[in-house]
Amino acid sequence: MARPKIARKSTSVDMTAMCDVAFLLLTFFILATKFKPSEAVTVETPSSVSSKVAPEKDVTLVTFTKDGKVFVSMDNEAVKEELANQFNANLNAGLSPSDIEAFKKASFYGAPISQLKSFLKIPKEDLKGDALPGIPIKDSTNNEMVQWMRYIVAAHASTNTKLNLLIKGDNLAKYPDFKNVIASFKKNDQFKFQMITNPENVPTGTDLWKKYMAGQPVEE
Amino acid sequence: MAEIDTSSGGGHKKGPGVKKAKKLSTRVDLTPMVDLGFLLITFFIFTTSMSSPTAMKLNLPKDADKPEEQNKLKESGAFTLLLGKDNSVYYYEGQLDPSASNLQSSTMKQIRSEIIKKKRNTPEDDLMVVIKPGNESTYRDVVDILDEMTINDIKRYALVDISEVETQLVSLSDKNGGQ
Repeated sequence: MARPKIARKSTSVDMTAMCDVAFLLLTFFILATKFKPSEAVTVETPSSVSSKVAPEKDVTLVTFTKDGKVFVSMDNEAVKEELANQFNANLNAGLSPSDIEAFKKASFYGAPISQLKSFLKIPKEDLKGDALPGIPIKDSTNNEMVQWMRYIVAAHASTNTKLNLLIKGDNLAKYPDFKNVIASFKKNDQFKFQMITNPENVPTGTDLWKKYMAGQPVEE
Repeated sequence: MAEIDTSSGGGHKKGPGVKKAKKLSTRVDLTPMVDLGFLLITFFIFTTSMSSPTAMKLNLPKDADKPEEQNKLKESGAFTLLLGKDNSVYYYEGQLDPSASNLQSSTMKQIRSEIIKKKRNTPEDDLMVVIKPGNESTYRDVVDILDEMTINDIKRYALVDISEVETQLVSLSDKNGGQ
């Protein structure tokens, strides 16, 4: 009796289908990706149940780290230019036209106004949050954030842009730092602002959760 | 796995002078391409930030200098939260007793039940939660407690500076391990 021959099957698999899937996924991720701008200052934000997405246009972002350093960043170049001019006109910041150009390009500011000139000379690679002085706020009698806010408000008003104030704080930052930042807002009659947080689920069983379940509109 | 096709060069000659066109296989090995594809996918998965950060809105009241402009609140409806070190929370109802006997301690995790209890026992129009973060409290505590207001649907709450007496009480209690 001859042993039945087992058909020899090829071990190679057709890769085309797998390749198709791989590139489909690749295309999806390429299109869906939005690169995080590399941040010189690392801040871990707390989480909240708020589901409102942070605004992205015409924002003035005030960041404070756990060491109590404060940084300001803005995205609108016209406003930045106006702000630099305001500093020159009102505080004798002494920014030359090339400094103003650098001011426009800078992604954030973290120095007292008196040191702004040298801050703008720092090459981008060396801009690290730990090494920078930050905007001084500790001293309640000379809270420089108040000055910054005054001219930021003025610059927005003269360029006719809407001011969206955002605060981004580190989990471990102390409350007095936060208080000093909002004090500078208050002094310039800015009473509305938003705090950047990570989204979090509403705990079940709470009043807000019941509201969501009942389909009632929830105020932000 | 797809294999590299090595058979392409193997046409044998039939005889002298007979030249046959080489038969080239049309199959291409796709393995490196798939590898590359998945490598890129992995890269994009890791760099992608799917959830954009959310923002919490906070409206501040204007500082009222004159006493007659300040908001009055009923003592029975006031609920004050003091934030201390290491996520500790102290609370009292109404006004603080001179001997601080009505000051009670809690933690960030347990405070929700206290807020709910107070909310259930107070008429809605009277309830006012006063939040006083101490100097040792962190930004996270403040955001958490503001979030707690949203979670428990508290309509009226205020962020108020802590007083000297309360600061001492909080730091004393923090030292005693929240007693």
